[in-house]
Amino acid sequence: MTAPGRVGASPNRVGGIGRVTGAQAYLADLRVDALHARLVTLDVARARILGVDASAALALPGVHLVMTAADLPQPVPRFGPQREDRPVLAAGETTYHGEPVALVVADTKDLAERAAALVRVDHEPLPAVFTLEGALAPGAPLVQDPASRPGDPLATTNVLKEHRVGWGDVDAQAARAHVIVEGTWTFPMVTQFAIEPHAFMAAPDGDGVAVWSTIQHPNWLQRVIAGMLRMPLSKVRVHAPDPGGGFGGKQHAKYEPAVVFAALRLGRPVRLVLTLEETFQAVRRAACETHVRTGFAEDGRILFQDVAADYLIGAYTDIADRVVGKGSYPAAGPYNVPAVRIVARSVLSHTVPSTAFRGFGNPQVNWAVESALDEGARFLGIDRLELRLRNLARRGDRFIPFDTPCDGDWADVVRVAAERAGWGTPLPEGHGRGIAFGIKSGPTTGLSYSIVRLLVDGSVVVYAGTSDMGQGARTVLAQVAAHELGAPLDWVTVVMGDTAIVPYDQQTSASRSTVLMGNAVLDACRKLQAQLASMAARVHGVDEAAVSVDEGVVTLPDGRELTPLEVLKAGLGRLGGELIGVGESRKDAEPDHPLGGAPAFFEFNCTVIEAHVDEETGDITIDRHVTVSDVGKALNPLQVRMQDEGAAIMGLGHTLMEQYLFDGTGRIRNLGAIDYRIPTSMDLPLVVESEAVEHRDGPGPYGAKGMSEGALLCVAPAVASAVHEATGATIRALPLSPERVWHALQARGSDAR
Amino acid sequence: MLIELVVNGAPRAIAVEPHHTLLDVLRDDLGLTGTKECCLVGECGACTVLLDGRIVDACLVLGVEADGLEVRTVEGLARPDGTLSALQAAFLDKGAVQCGFCIPGQLVSAQALLDEHPHPSRDEIEEGLAGNLCRCACYEQIFEAVEAAAAGGPSDIDATPLAHATGARDTGSRSVEEGLDQ
Repeated sequence: MTAPGRVGASPNRVGGIGRVTGAQAYLADLRVDALHARLVTLDVARARILGVDASAALALPGVHLVMTAADLPQPVPRFGPQREDRPVLAAGETTYHGEPVALVVADTKDLAERAAALVRVDHEPLPAVFTLEGALAPGAPLVQDPASRPGDPLATTNVLKEHRVGWGDVDAQAARAHVIVEGTWTFPMVTQFAIEPHAFMAAPDGDGVAVWSTIQHPNWLQRVIAGMLRMPLSKVRVHAPDPGGGFGGKQHAKYEPAVVFAALRLGRPVRLVLTLEETFQAVRRAACETHVRTGFAEDGRILFQDVAADYLIGAYTDIADRVVGKGSYPAAGPYNVPAVRIVARSVLSHTVPSTAFRGFGNPQVNWAVESALDEGARFLGIDRLELRLRNLARRGDRFIPFDTPCDGDWADVVRVAAERAGWGTPLPEGHGRGIAFGIKSGPTTGLSYSIVRLLVDGSVVVYAGTSDMGQGARTVLAQVAAHELGAPLDWVTVVMGDTAIVPYDQQTSASRSTVLMGNAVLDACRKLQAQLASMAARVHGVDEAAVSVDEGVVTLPDGRELTPLEVLKAGLGRLGGELIGVGESRKDAEPDHPLGGAPAFFEFNCTVIEAHVDEETGDITIDRHVTVSDVGKALNPLQVRMQDEGAAIMGLGHTLMEQYLFDGTGRIRNLGAIDYRIPTSMDLPLVVESEAVEHRDGPGPYGAKGMSEGALLCVAPAVASAVHEATGATIRALPLSPERVWHALQARGSDAR
Repeated sequence: MLIELVVNGAPRAIAVEPHHTLLDVLRDDLGLTGTKECCLVGECGACTVLLDGRIVDACLVLGVEADGLEVRTVEGLARPDGTLSALQAAFLDKGAVQCGFCIPGQLVSAQALLDEHPHPSRDEIEEGLAGNLCRCACYEQIFEAVEAAAAGGPSDIDATPLAHATGARDTGSRSVEEGLDQ
């Protein structure tokens, strides 16, 4: 039995009490005497800005500022994690529906809203591209000025970048293939829809600036603001209160720079809380069209994968091109495939800039490639599970030849999932099962520092720059410290989200924090243990090398066991004080690697779905959803379950119901919660089961791997596979809305498969 | 306009703008920020409160409509002695809280459900919480929490700020005098 609060136990969430009493202060809850800002946007996809008349807005008493690009340093500052292409405010042209033209600042929310409506933007609509077909058509309007892409042979197209990876001879394998499956699968534009809309605040702070943001990466934001203002990093203080959900959408800066410029200009705090509609116009996932050719031998061995994926990214790069490159890279899946050719393109369009979203570009291609495996299995008459197992990489296999070898016992994961789901057992009439495997590369680089202070009374303060956006990082990091230092969990405080206090952390993304920040906290704790050993040796006059410290027990050479507190009391003496450990966890870049570094771990998941379909309406009922992940070690098993089941249900969103809809001019038609549906308590599978396979074989503390994205990867192909088994209908487009399924049911018979 | 209402048991008289919603009044005028703002169209349920015992989306009710009524928000769910209600405690025990942003609304809806059906079926729970979106999708754990709360079991989790400082653990701290020798 694991002691409460230690690693492997599931204590109540650290910070949980504030979340059930309403005391937890999210950014919009902070009581700060700030002016209120509001965005001015245009109801068109793309327009040339001819002039802005703010006189009526500024005539309202209490309106302090209507800031446009003209009020900013010239040329208008631009920023972005990959390319600095996003202007602080629209510069000359709006390039997507919702791009802000101006920021209005007033005494109250009401006034800011009224004033924003009074700002007249004289504009001329311009032709826009908002589909892959439109963006790739010859002569299509260019989303970005070719001059901004010097030396780039693709600069006169809307293809921002082409990513190629592969090995083996695809053509030679194709010549000997027994069966080749070929098809195109589409994945819609969906949005993160954190329940907390994005919010930002800024204020002059002595000779610097303070910025508050719902951001996942406070240190990235600090760098963006400091660079733009040419201030030392030390003069930019980023406060990042725990976000109310992030899912990738809150990784990178959006409107913080505009709010900073406004606050510095006015010399007063300014806050901007987006509406949900504006949040939809700020972040989304890239849509994707994936063309797959998969060749099989007669015995089901995969001979080649030939994958061409076009991702529809937005008007500015954000982190989207990295999503495309990294997300498509493992497109051949967790299988040993002798020949692979993957070509993925980032296609610019006049749409909301796409950014990171749980799964980071993998769900789009996994939907296609796993579906192709299903079709191959059917042609060959081989069980879908069996076909996958025949090809599945085993531990140590270099399934991507130049990369991290298979780092788990993935067949065990599959076995657990299959047993739980009763794979192969008879089903009720009209029901079908589907299965899919999924893989995602973990972080390719990383740098996390942590400071851990062991105070004189044995309590502990952990400083960690991770953002706890719901994944429970605060709890897990506290558990690590409690475990190593022998403190009760509620004597551990984890300080996050303030760049003036908390040491540098690269980012909270790629399921990295338990591994990378966890290792930094562990390193700091181990250094504290060494200090305790040294202190105990000094106090008791024994050889330091003979003192051991393990999980909060200090053992002297004669076998006497002391608590850290006993050592501290004697060792610190009358002045008191504390011990300070500084931990570091680093994963350096590898310049020659296609991704800039080999992944620290793989997230592997197997999902099995049982479903049936209402033949009258096309409505899918998920009878059972089994999701099993390789997590290395569950530091907090309940949180692991919450994360995986949450990811599974989030995956049902893009599988069954979610998508942006556009009108004929590129405006989003379904902004907001009424017309954009996400899973509710009424949309759940009848049974959800999750399990974590733990072989303590990850690079994180106690063998942990990152997790919580894997469970999202397999949902769509597994559901479509179950629908096919239940109905015989083949569907290659998401979401599997009742309308789409109904049409597919009508088309059966004409479908050769 | 001056309105009088009872908020979490305390009578309040407050001047409100006639076009402000109850959500605006709670958050901006009364400083009760536990009730959250998200969709503002009555779909997400983050702003769910009890108005005279009935669940409403505070974003769809004008502040003036609450005149003379009793409002209960997430801040009013804990017991008078500061301990968490059985429902709040169950949300923590069952792992029903991830980011937490939707949780105030979930708790208020669940409390209303339990007030009406002390032992709800799974279907009744799903139906009762259908108006509260959770993007972390902790639904299963939320259902389990509601069932656990319905099954009883008093909470002993103290929500008051210094609750955890009262532990009778040897802290190793020395007397004040000792610390003053400089």
